[in-house]
Amino acid sequence: MAHTSAPTAPDSARAAFFAGAKATIPLVVGALPFGIIFGTLSSAGGLSAWGALAMSAFVFAGSAQFIAVGLLAAGSSVPIIILTTFVVNLRHLLYSASLIPHLKHLPQRWLAPLAFWLTDETFAVVVNHFSAHPNHRHNRWYYLGSALTMYLSWQVWTLLGITVGQSIPDAAGWGLDVAMPVTFIGMTIPYLKNRPMWVSVLVAGAVSVLAHPLPNKLGMMLAAVAGIGAGLAAESRRKPEVTG
Amino acid sequence: MKEVWLIGGMMAVTFAIRYTLFAASGQLEFPAPLARALKYVPPTVLTAIIVPSILMPHGTLDLSPQNAYLAAGVAAGAVGWWRKNLLLTILSGMAAFLLWQWLW
Repeated sequence: MAHTSAPTAPDSARAAFFAGAKATIPLVVGALPFGIIFGTLSSAGGLSAWGALAMSAFVFAGSAQFIAVGLLAAGSSVPIIILTTFVVNLRHLLYSASLIPHLKHLPQRWLAPLAFWLTDETFAVVVNHFSAHPNHRHNRWYYLGSALTMYLSWQVWTLLGITVGQSIPDAAGWGLDVAMPVTFIGMTIPYLKNRPMWVSVLVAGAVSVLAHPLPNKLGMMLAAVAGIGAGLAAESRRKPEVTG
Repeated sequence: MKEVWLIGGMMAVTFAIRYTLFAASGQLEFPAPLARALKYVPPTVLTAIIVPSILMPHGTLDLSPQNAYLAAGVAAGAVGWWRKNLLLTILSGMAAFLLWQWLW
Protein backbone atom coordinates (compact mmCIF):
# COMPACT_ATOMS: atom_id res chain seq x y z
CA MET A 1 0.00 0.00 0.00
CA ALA A 2 3.07 2.24 -0.09
CA HIS A 3 2.53 3.55 -3.58
CA THR A 4 0.02 6.29 -4.23
CA SER A 5 -2.31 6.32 -7.21
CA ALA A 6 -0.37 8.23 -9.83
CA PRO A 7 -2.15 10.28 -12.49
CA THR A 8 0.05 8.62 -15.12
CA ALA A 9 -0.75 5.17 -16.54
CA PRO A 10 0.96 2.21 -14.82
CA ASP A 11 4.25 1.45 -16.56
CA SER A 12 4.20 -2.33 -16.12
CA ALA A 13 1.66 -5.14 -16.20
CA ARG A 14 2.33 -5.80 -12.52
CA ALA A 15 1.80 -2.14 -11.56
CA ALA A 16 -1.43 -2.06 -13.59
CA PHE A 17 -2.68 -5.24 -11.90
CA PHE A 18 -2.11 -3.84 -8.42
CA ALA A 19 -3.51 -0.43 -9.33
CA GLY A 20 -6.71 -2.15 -10.47
CA ALA A 21 -6.81 -4.21 -7.28
CA LYS A 22 -6.25 -1.15 -5.11
CA ALA A 23 -8.97 0.90 -6.80
CA THR A 24 -11.41 -1.94 -6.08
CA ILE A 25 -10.80 -2.21 -2.32
CA PRO A 26 -13.55 0.23 -1.24
CA LEU A 27 -16.03 -1.81 -3.31
CA VAL A 28 -14.85 -5.01 -1.63
CA VAL A 29 -15.76 -3.39 1.69
CA GLY A 30 -19.15 -2.43 0.28
CA ALA A 31 -19.76 -6.02 -0.87
CA LEU A 32 -18.95 -7.56 2.53
CA PRO A 33 -22.36 -7.07 4.18
CA PHE A 34 -24.01 -8.19 0.98
CA GLY A 35 -22.00 -11.41 0.80
CA ILE A 36 -22.79 -12.14 4.42
CA ILE A 37 -26.51 -11.67 3.88
CA PHE A 38 -26.37 -13.87 0.79
CA GLY A 39 -24.64 -16.62 2.75
CA THR A 40 -27.08 -16.21 5.61
CA LEU A 41 -30.23 -16.22 3.47
CA SER A 42 -29.12 -19.09 1.25
CA SER A 43 -30.01 -21.77 3.78
CA ALA A 44 -33.36 -20.10 4.49
CA GLY A 45 -33.97 -20.33 0.75
CA GLY A 46 -33.20 -24.05 0.83
CA LEU A 47 -29.79 -23.81 -0.80
CA SER A 48 -27.09 -26.07 0.65
CA ALA A 49 -23.82 -24.57 1.86
CA TRP A 50 -22.07 -26.09 -1.15
CA GLY A 51 -24.79 -24.69 -3.39
CA ALA A 52 -24.21 -21.19 -2.01
CA LEU A 53 -20.45 -21.49 -2.50
CA ALA A 54 -20.89 -22.89 -6.01
CA MET A 55 -23.26 -20.09 -6.93
CA SER A 56 -20.70 -17.48 -5.86
CA ALA A 57 -17.91 -19.35 -7.66
CA PHE A 58 -19.72 -20.10 -10.94
CA VAL A 59 -22.41 -17.45 -11.34
CA PHE A 60 -20.59 -14.60 -9.56
CA ALA A 61 -23.38 -12.03 -9.77
CA GLY A 62 -24.24 -10.59 -6.36
CA SER A 63 -27.64 -9.05 -6.97
CA ALA A 64 -28.85 -11.99 -9.10
CA GLN A 65 -27.69 -14.45 -6.41
CA PHE A 66 -29.46 -12.41 -3.78
CA ILE A 67 -32.70 -12.37 -5.77
CA ALA A 68 -32.35 -16.09 -6.54
CA VAL A 69 -32.28 -17.11 -2.87
CA GLY A 70 -35.26 -14.84 -2.24
CA LEU A 71 -37.19 -16.51 -5.05
CA LEU A 72 -36.16 -19.98 -3.81
CA ALA A 73 -37.48 -19.12 -0.36
CA ALA A 74 -40.74 -17.99 -1.98
CA GLY A 75 -41.01 -21.33 -3.77
CA SER A 76 -40.33 -20.13 -7.33
CA SER A 77 -39.42 -22.72 -9.97
CA VAL A 78 -35.93 -23.06 -11.42
CA PRO A 79 -36.89 -21.70 -14.90
CA ILE A 80 -38.43 -18.58 -13.32
CA ILE A 81 -35.27 -17.97 -11.29
CA ILE A 82 -33.10 -18.38 -14.40
CA LEU A 83 -35.33 -16.00 -16.36
CA THR A 84 -35.11 -13.43 -13.56
CA THR A 85 -31.31 -13.85 -13.47
CA PHE A 86 -31.27 -13.13 -17.19
CA VAL A 87 -33.27 -9.91 -16.85
CA VAL A 88 -31.39 -8.72 -13.76
CA ASN A 89 -28.06 -9.28 -15.50
CA LEU A 90 -29.07 -7.67 -18.81
CA ARG A 91 -27.35 -4.51 -17.61
CA HIS A 92 -24.04 -6.32 -18.20
CA LEU A 93 -24.84 -6.13 -21.90
CA LEU A 94 -24.67 -2.35 -21.59
CA TYR A 95 -21.47 -2.63 -19.56
CA SER A 96 -19.77 -4.89 -22.09
CA ALA A 97 -20.83 -2.59 -24.93
CA SER A 98 -19.17 0.33 -23.09
CA LEU A 99 -15.94 -1.64 -22.67
CA ILE A 100 -15.66 -2.95 -26.24
CA PRO A 101 -13.79 0.06 -27.66
CA HIS A 102 -11.11 -0.56 -25.01
CA LEU A 103 -10.88 -4.36 -25.26
CA LYS A 104 -11.65 -5.24 -28.87
CA HIS A 105 -8.00 -5.92 -29.76
CA LEU A 106 -7.66 -8.62 -27.09
CA PRO A 107 -7.62 -12.34 -27.94
CA GLN A 108 -10.51 -14.55 -26.82
CA ARG A 109 -8.35 -16.17 -24.12
CA TRP A 110 -8.45 -12.79 -22.39
CA LEU A 111 -11.97 -11.76 -23.37
CA ALA A 112 -13.70 -14.89 -22.01
CA PRO A 113 -12.32 -14.72 -18.46
CA LEU A 114 -12.64 -10.91 -18.34
CA ALA A 115 -16.29 -11.33 -19.37
CA PHE A 116 -16.88 -13.94 -16.68
CA TRP A 117 -15.54 -11.52 -14.06
CA LEU A 118 -17.56 -8.50 -15.25
CA THR A 119 -19.48 -6.96 -12.33
CA ASP A 120 -20.97 -3.57 -11.50
CA GLU A 121 -17.96 -2.83 -9.34
CA THR A 122 -15.20 -3.86 -11.74
CA PHE A 123 -17.02 -2.16 -14.59
CA ALA A 124 -17.21 1.15 -12.71
CA VAL A 125 -13.53 0.95 -11.73
CA VAL A 126 -12.14 0.01 -15.13
CA VAL A 127 -14.33 2.26 -17.26
CA ASN A 128 -13.00 5.25 -15.30
CA HIS A 129 -9.42 4.12 -15.75
CA PHE A 130 -9.83 3.25 -19.42
CA SER A 131 -11.40 6.64 -20.15
CA ALA A 132 -8.42 8.35 -18.50
CA HIS A 133 -5.89 6.09 -20.27
CA PRO A 134 -7.46 4.94 -23.53
CA ASN A 135 -5.63 2.23 -25.43
CA HIS A 136 -2.95 1.85 -22.82
CA ARG A 137 -1.23 -1.50 -23.31
CA HIS A 138 -1.53 -2.60 -19.67
CA ASN A 139 -5.27 -1.93 -19.40
CA ARG A 140 -6.06 -5.68 -19.50
CA TRP A 141 -3.96 -6.17 -16.37
CA TYR A 142 -5.74 -3.34 -14.60
CA TYR A 143 -9.07 -5.06 -15.35
CA LEU A 144 -7.70 -8.43 -14.21
CA GLY A 145 -6.46 -6.91 -10.94
CA SER A 146 -9.86 -5.41 -10.22
CA ALA A 147 -11.73 -8.57 -11.29
CA LEU A 148 -9.69 -11.01 -9.22
CA THR A 149 -9.90 -8.77 -6.15
CA MET A 150 -13.67 -8.70 -6.46
CA TYR A 151 -13.93 -12.42 -7.23
CA LEU A 152 -11.72 -13.71 -4.43
CA SER A 153 -13.27 -11.41 -1.84
CA TRP A 154 -16.79 -12.45 -2.92
CA GLN A 155 -15.87 -16.12 -2.29
CA VAL A 156 -14.54 -15.23 1.17
CA TRP A 157 -17.59 -13.10 2.03
CA THR A 158 -19.91 -15.92 0.94
CA LEU A 159 -18.01 -18.36 3.15
CA LEU A 160 -18.26 -15.90 6.06
CA GLY A 161 -21.99 -15.65 5.44
CA ILE A 162 -22.65 -19.38 5.53
CA THR A 163 -20.46 -19.87 8.61
CA VAL A 164 -20.40 -16.80 10.86
CA GLY A 165 -23.50 -15.17 9.36
CA GLN A 166 -25.76 -18.09 10.15
CA SER A 167 -24.69 -18.11 13.78
CA ILE A 168 -25.68 -14.44 14.26
CA PRO A 169 -29.36 -14.29 15.20
CA ASP A 170 -31.43 -12.64 12.47
CA ALA A 171 -28.40 -11.25 10.61
CA ALA A 172 -30.50 -10.85 7.48
CA GLY A 173 -33.03 -8.73 9.38
CA TRP A 174 -30.50 -6.05 10.22
CA GLY A 175 -30.96 -4.48 6.83
CA LEU A 176 -27.30 -4.71 5.88
CA ASP A 177 -28.43 -4.90 2.26
CA VAL A 178 -28.30 -1.10 2.46
CA ALA A 179 -24.58 -1.55 1.68
CA MET A 180 -25.34 -2.00 -2.01
CA PRO A 181 -27.26 1.21 -2.65
CA VAL A 182 -24.81 3.31 -0.62
CA THR A 183 -21.87 1.77 -2.51
CA PHE A 184 -23.58 2.52 -5.79
CA ILE A 185 -24.29 6.10 -4.68
CA GLY A 186 -20.56 6.56 -4.16
CA MET A 187 -19.92 5.12 -7.62
CA THR A 188 -22.53 7.39 -9.29
CA ILE A 189 -21.51 10.76 -7.82
CA PRO A 190 -18.34 11.23 -9.95
CA TYR A 191 -20.51 11.13 -13.09
CA LEU A 192 -22.71 14.06 -12.05
CA LYS A 193 -20.65 16.75 -13.71
CA ASN A 194 -23.06 18.34 -16.18
CA ARG A 195 -26.71 18.92 -16.93
CA PRO A 196 -27.33 15.97 -19.28
CA MET A 197 -25.91 13.57 -16.69
CA TRP A 198 -28.22 14.99 -14.03
CA VAL A 199 -31.18 14.73 -16.39
CA SER A 200 -30.35 11.12 -17.26
CA VAL A 201 -29.96 10.11 -13.61
CA LEU A 202 -33.15 11.88 -12.49
CA VAL A 203 -35.18 10.26 -15.27
CA ALA A 204 -33.68 6.83 -14.55
CA GLY A 205 -34.54 7.25 -10.87
CA ALA A 206 -38.12 8.32 -11.54
CA VAL A 207 -38.75 5.52 -14.05
CA SER A 208 -37.20 2.94 -11.72
CA VAL A 209 -39.89 3.75 -9.13
CA LEU A 210 -42.77 3.97 -11.60
CA ALA A 211 -41.76 0.75 -13.39
CA HIS A 212 -40.96 -1.16 -10.21
CA PRO A 213 -44.16 -3.28 -10.34
CA LEU A 214 -43.02 -4.86 -13.65
CA PRO A 215 -42.12 -8.53 -13.25
CA ASN A 216 -38.63 -10.03 -13.14
CA LYS A 217 -36.96 -6.69 -12.39
CA LEU A 218 -37.68 -5.47 -15.93
CA GLY A 219 -38.22 -1.99 -14.51
CA MET A 220 -34.49 -1.61 -13.90
CA MET A 221 -33.60 -2.03 -17.57
CA LEU A 222 -36.49 0.19 -18.64
CA ALA A 223 -35.26 2.91 -16.24
CA ALA A 224 -31.69 2.67 -17.53
CA VAL A 225 -32.79 2.93 -21.16
CA ALA A 226 -35.11 5.87 -20.39
CA GLY A 227 -32.27 7.60 -18.52
CA ILE A 228 -29.84 7.12 -21.40
CA GLY A 229 -32.42 8.53 -23.83
CA ALA A 230 -33.09 11.52 -21.59
CA GLY A 231 -29.36 12.23 -21.28
CA LEU A 232 -28.93 12.17 -25.05
CA ALA A 233 -31.96 14.42 -25.51
CA ALA A 234 -30.62 16.91 -22.97
CA GLU A 235 -27.24 16.82 -24.67
CA SER A 236 -28.68 17.65 -28.09
CA ARG A 237 -30.62 20.59 -26.63
CA ARG A 238 -27.40 22.18 -25.42
CA LYS A 239 -25.62 24.68 -27.61
CA PRO A 240 -22.62 22.92 -29.16
CA GLU A 241 -20.09 25.51 -27.95
CA VAL A 242 -21.07 25.08 -24.31
CA THR A 243 -18.99 22.40 -22.65
CA GLY A 244 -19.90 20.45 -19.59
CA MET B 1 -30.00 -32.14 -8.54
CA LYS B 2 -32.23 -29.08 -8.51
CA GLU B 3 -29.24 -26.99 -7.36
CA VAL B 4 -27.14 -28.19 -10.30
CA TRP B 5 -29.80 -27.06 -12.78
CA LEU B 6 -30.32 -23.81 -10.95
CA ILE B 7 -26.64 -22.88 -10.72
CA GLY B 8 -25.84 -24.21 -14.19
CA GLY B 9 -28.69 -22.22 -15.72
CA MET B 10 -27.83 -19.03 -13.85
CA MET B 11 -24.20 -19.43 -14.85
CA ALA B 12 -25.08 -20.00 -18.51
CA VAL B 13 -27.36 -16.96 -18.89
CA THR B 14 -25.04 -14.70 -16.89
CA PHE B 15 -21.93 -15.66 -18.84
CA ALA B 16 -23.79 -15.45 -22.16
CA ILE B 17 -24.83 -11.86 -21.39
CA ARG B 18 -21.35 -10.88 -20.24
CA TYR B 19 -19.45 -12.54 -23.07
CA THR B 20 -21.57 -12.17 -26.24
CA LEU B 21 -20.46 -8.65 -27.18
CA PHE B 22 -16.87 -9.26 -26.06
CA ALA B 23 -16.70 -12.39 -28.22
CA ALA B 24 -17.90 -10.46 -31.27
CA SER B 25 -15.93 -7.31 -30.48
CA GLY B 26 -13.47 -7.82 -33.34
CA GLN B 27 -16.32 -7.54 -35.85
CA LEU B 28 -18.23 -4.75 -34.13
CA GLU B 29 -17.96 -1.15 -35.20
CA PHE B 30 -19.98 1.26 -33.10
CA PRO B 31 -21.65 4.22 -34.77
CA ALA B 32 -20.85 7.51 -33.03
CA PRO B 33 -24.35 8.09 -31.55
CA LEU B 34 -24.20 4.71 -29.81
CA ALA B 35 -20.79 5.50 -28.36
CA ARG B 36 -22.27 8.78 -27.09
CA ALA B 37 -25.15 6.89 -25.45
CA LEU B 38 -22.84 4.46 -23.69
CA LYS B 39 -21.32 7.07 -21.43
CA TYR B 40 -24.69 7.32 -19.68
CA VAL B 41 -24.69 3.59 -18.90
CA PRO B 42 -22.88 3.55 -15.55
CA PRO B 43 -24.82 6.34 -13.77
CA THR B 44 -28.25 5.35 -15.12
CA VAL B 45 -27.94 1.62 -14.38
CA LEU B 46 -26.60 2.30 -10.89
CA THR B 47 -29.37 4.84 -10.24
CA ALA B 48 -32.00 2.35 -11.42
CA ILE B 49 -30.73 -0.01 -8.71
CA ILE B 50 -30.22 2.64 -6.02
CA VAL B 51 -33.56 4.47 -6.11
CA PRO B 52 -35.95 1.53 -5.56
CA SER B 53 -33.59 0.13 -2.90
CA ILE B 54 -33.78 3.26 -0.79
CA LEU B 55 -37.27 4.60 -1.59
CA MET B 56 -39.04 1.22 -1.72
CA PRO B 57 -37.08 -0.99 0.67
CA HIS B 58 -40.10 -3.17 1.38
CA GLY B 59 -41.65 -3.04 -2.07
CA THR B 60 -43.81 0.07 -1.71
CA LEU B 61 -42.84 3.73 -1.74
CA ASP B 62 -41.74 4.82 1.74
CA LEU B 63 -40.85 8.52 2.02
CA SER B 64 -41.38 8.64 5.78
CA PRO B 65 -38.60 9.89 8.08
CA GLN B 66 -38.51 6.42 9.65
CA ASN B 67 -37.14 4.95 6.42
CA ALA B 68 -33.56 4.11 7.46
CA TYR B 69 -32.64 3.16 3.87
CA LEU B 70 -33.57 6.67 2.76
CA ALA B 71 -31.56 8.19 5.61
CA ALA B 72 -28.57 6.07 4.57
CA GLY B 73 -28.94 7.20 0.97
CA VAL B 74 -29.13 10.88 1.94
CA ALA B 75 -26.08 10.54 4.20
CA ALA B 76 -24.08 8.69 1.52
CA GLY B 77 -25.09 11.25 -1.11
CA ALA B 78 -24.10 14.19 1.08
CA VAL B 79 -20.77 12.73 2.23
CA GLY B 80 -19.97 11.49 -1.27
CA TRP B 81 -20.64 14.87 -2.80
CA TRP B 82 -18.68 16.66 -0.13
CA ARG B 83 -15.63 14.42 0.22
CA LYS B 84 -15.51 12.50 -3.11
CA ASN B 85 -14.19 9.48 -1.24
CA LEU B 86 -15.80 6.13 -2.00
CA LEU B 87 -14.91 4.24 1.16
CA LEU B 88 -15.97 7.15 3.37
CA THR B 89 -19.25 7.38 1.44
CA ILE B 90 -20.02 3.69 1.99
CA LEU B 91 -19.14 3.77 5.69
CA SER B 92 -21.16 6.98 6.27
CA GLY B 93 -24.22 5.49 4.60
CA MET B 94 -24.02 2.33 6.68
CA ALA B 95 -23.38 4.26 9.89
CA ALA B 96 -26.39 6.49 9.18
CA PHE B 97 -28.49 3.39 8.57
CA LEU B 98 -27.55 1.73 11.85
CA LEU B 99 -27.95 4.99 13.77
CA TRP B 100 -31.38 5.56 12.23
CA GLN B 101 -32.57 2.08 13.06
CA TRP B 102 -31.41 2.52 16.62
CA LEU B 103 -33.07 5.95 16.94
CA TRP B 104 -36.50 4.94 15.64
